[in-house]
Amino acid sequence: MTTPKSALKEETRKVVAEVLETYPEKARQKRAKHLNVYDEGKTDCGVKSNIKSIPGVMTTRGCAYAGSKGVVWGPVKDMIHLSHGPVGCGYYSWSGRRNYYVGTTGVDTFVTMQFTSDFQERDVVFGGDKKLAKLLVEASELFPLAKGITIQSECPIGLIGDDIEAVAKKATKEIGKAVVPVRCEGFRGVSQSLGHHIANDTVRDWVLPIADKRAKEGSLNFEPGPYDVALIGDYNIGGDAWSSRILLEEMGLRVVTQFSGDGTWNEMLLAPRVKLNLIHCYRSMNYICRHMEEAYGIPWLEFNFFGPTQIAKSLRAIAQRFDETIQAKAEQVIAKYQPQSEAVIAKYRPRLEGKRVMLMVGGLRPRHVIPAFRELGMEVIATGYEFGHGDDYKRTTQYIDDGTLIYDDVSGYEFEEFAKRLKPDLIASGIKEKYVFQKMALPFRQMHSWDYSGPYHGYDGFAVFARDMDLALNSPTWTLVKAPWKS
Amino acid sequence: MPQDIQGIKDHARLFQDPEYQALLQCKQTFEDRPPLEEVARVAEWTKSWEYREKNFQREALTINPAKACQPLGAIFAAAGFEGTLPFVHGSQGCVAYFRTHLTRHFKEPFSAVSTSMTEDAAVFGGLKNLIEGLENAYTLYKPKMIAVCTTCMAEVIGDDLGAFITTARNEGAIPRDFPVPYAHTPSFVGSHITGYDNMLKAILSTLTEPVGRTGSNGHINVIPGFDTYMGNLREIKRIFGLFGIPLTLLADNSDYLDSPNDGTFRMYPGGTPLEVAAQCLNAEATFSFQRYTTPKTLEFLAEASGRPTLTARPVGIRGTDEFLMQLSRLTGRPIPPELEIERGRAVDAFTDSQAWIHGKRVALYGDPDLAMGLLSLLLELGAEPVHVVVTNSNEEFETEARALLASSPYGQGATVWGGKDLWHLRSLMFTEPVDLLIGNSYGKYLWRDTGTPLVRIGYPIFDRHHLHRYPTYGYVGALNLLNWLVNTLLDEADRRSITPSKTDFSFDLIR
Repeated sequence: MTTPKSALKEETRKVVAEVLETYPEKARQKRAKHLNVYDEGKTDCGVKSNIKSIPGVMTTRGCAYAGSKGVVWGPVKDMIHLSHGPVGCGYYSWSGRRNYYVGTTGVDTFVTMQFTSDFQERDVVFGGDKKLAKLLVEASELFPLAKGITIQSECPIGLIGDDIEAVAKKATKEIGKAVVPVRCEGFRGVSQSLGHHIANDTVRDWVLPIADKRAKEGSLNFEPGPYDVALIGDYNIGGDAWSSRILLEEMGLRVVTQFSGDGTWNEMLLAPRVKLNLIHCYRSMNYICRHMEEAYGIPWLEFNFFGPTQIAKSLRAIAQRFDETIQAKAEQVIAKYQPQSEAVIAKYRPRLEGKRVMLMVGGLRPRHVIPAFRELGMEVIATGYEFGHGDDYKRTTQYIDDGTLIYDDVSGYEFEEFAKRLKPDLIASGIKEKYVFQKMALPFRQMHSWDYSGPYHGYDGFAVFARDMDLALNSPTWTLVKAPWKS
Repeated sequence: MPQDIQGIKDHARLFQDPEYQALLQCKQTFEDRPPLEEVARVAEWTKSWEYREKNFQREALTINPAKACQPLGAIFAAAGFEGTLPFVHGSQGCVAYFRTHLTRHFKEPFSAVSTSMTEDAAVFGGLKNLIEGLENAYTLYKPKMIAVCTTCMAEVIGDDLGAFITTARNEGAIPRDFPVPYAHTPSFVGSHITGYDNMLKAILSTLTEPVGRTGSNGHINVIPGFDTYMGNLREIKRIFGLFGIPLTLLADNSDYLDSPNDGTFRMYPGGTPLEVAAQCLNAEATFSFQRYTTPKTLEFLAEASGRPTLTARPVGIRGTDEFLMQLSRLTGRPIPPELEIERGRAVDAFTDSQAWIHGKRVALYGDPDLAMGLLSLLLELGAEPVHVVVTNSNEEFETEARALLASSPYGQGATVWGGKDLWHLRSLMFTEPVDLLIGNSYGKYLWRDTGTPLVRIGYPIFDRHHLHRYPTYGYVGALNLLNWLVNTLLDEADRRSITPSKTDFSFDLIR
């Protein structure tokens, strides 16, 4: 006999109340607003979000620097991204995100290198502008093929009153390359999210004006076409942007810009010339899409390339923005890959059917991957964002079932307790969480880095996704955890 | 080519398919790449002596440094104590980074909390965050001790930890007698090893304060330092067990960073019991295995205990010999016969493999004490250190390293490059090539660029599994190090002789 849905929902509500009990009063009141059990039909998940994390509870969140250097700017491959301040931030984020790119590292591309001004006490006391000015010249001389340099500010920069904008302007003239100052100090905002926004704004303020000027001069060396699109908010983790791009090209579109996975300075300059911006990670890149819509009249469209159903839906929605040729080709692409996806589902669904998943990730995945799990017969029983906003939680309602547990900015304590009580079969979250749950003998997949696998986007990616969920859940190692002599 | 359901291709093979290769070619038309010849020309130029000179003229820019910042070392030290929650006062992103970094290396959970300071705290100070943070952390995670350190944000605005923590106690956020050692750990001073020292000193001075000196308890303290080989801590315990000498490890994070999977997650596995650590001033003596990681802690212990503080590096045969003899002299106990047998086995292995290592030119980088240990090992094997890069160097280390190198005929060709980074090392390796590189995972980029085989020793190691579970100390550790060194060279000998009918006459079965 199965428990009726209403009883399960009630049970989950009780779990939330119990978990909250442990908190001190003030923290309990605050955290209660971030937890909810979803009621079908509502247009919102019913949680507060994008609010300061509570001190001392072990948030999984990062900072604005991580959002700018780590996410938005870092993957732009032919520029140097300077971690400006003490050595740590650049060190910990060095090669951490698997933003794949093609290029000769250290010569014409620089993604997996760490450039830092390695602040010492004297730089904090006397200011770092002089050092920065000198450093920009050194970088430009040692890496003549770099297309530009971004200055990714760490906490001290904003606190000691350095004028990195002035240094950047002067250096641009001196070295003849773009120098982009980014005020993404880690104490700004409540999470990575403000860093995404700040980074988007620097593209608007420091890159697009150059694009406009070059367009006016006619020096962009670019012939616009009717099917030009930009692929935005795909960071090419494990090659995601490539397994997405291939579908767009197969349906007859011309992908002019990838921003920022495997992206280049030149592609950023071409972005305002496209007909449509296609955005995958809405959270981190909607700002620049909205700006291009206002300033250049370029429409934008959110899409989802996780799992065959969403991919087909997205391809059709994208094709709707173009003519019948493209629409017909989109249907051909969908038909071409259908047997592949069917084979994937036929193989893996029987192995994964009925498995229950708890999700907790960053920008778009807490909602976007749910249908991909569903196609494999799996059920997402709980989900939440590290740094989502209200609009993310609204969008999430299109993806979740009645009774799904929602947690915003979940604390280490809450996540562990929820997992103990809801007993999922798989947890899909980040590296900081991974081994906590594996010690509980719970299968786990990293959903930021794809656990060093990928791609997961597109039809080819879905096959890899299915394979990986199977190997996580059905590994025989989980059966070894309990010693046979222990009852 | 569709995915073959029997052999689904991930990134490693998928993107080599012709469709994707064509896609990448097509993408290039929008990239405004420099011409291929230009890329090739610049790539060659970066290998030249001219580039090396330019590279070494850098005064402001650091590229690929081999050092992290203070709080990473601080929370690493804190995790070695029973029931201790590392607590970092400042911006929250730092803690996300530290936990990620340590977790990627050890493949273990790492718990630490932040006071999540933001703009308002930057203006008004972080007192409120600290009080609230202590109350929440204490209530939720039920630690026996909270070890507080700082990020650079809190340091730049000048938050006064001591006063803040007192206020937190007065306001009832934590009990009055609850231990909250604290250390200021600005990331713009020193490196992760400095943070280790500051935190350990703070913890020991806090814990010993109510106990003080009450007379010898016969223990020997050992401070491992920022030692990421959990096998080392177990090896130290084993060696002391064989001697029959009571040991206090300050601190012991071996169970925390190499914990068994029995189906239960424990937030604070193992660790040096607080009561035991509190007795550390009553030990007979203290050994530090990382002299340059622990200067302030050693100074504190020397002053507060009045007992000898010694440094040792039980790396390789001679390093271990020396440590065992020091320990034997200090305690009057003979060196156990088991260790003599282990020594014999390790020496046997050294003589078996030496021909493949003798005269091999080696580049290495890492923390100062790690570098010292490796140099000693290489010299006793007859290998020739050439480039020694230590980003978080100090003068005393450089003097000691130079003296060691000068004392051996195999050390004559070596240069110690204090304060340099891995981009400097790249120039060194191109202009003065070597046979072998020793370093952390980041060395793989140098391997790719210069073709020099890499032995992964150090921190972090993200791309190979389980090395941290092995000891590198003692005779057993010497055997592990030898194994990694010689078998990397033998792999390389195979790789270099693998082309059929061209080089494969040297593709020997017996080596």
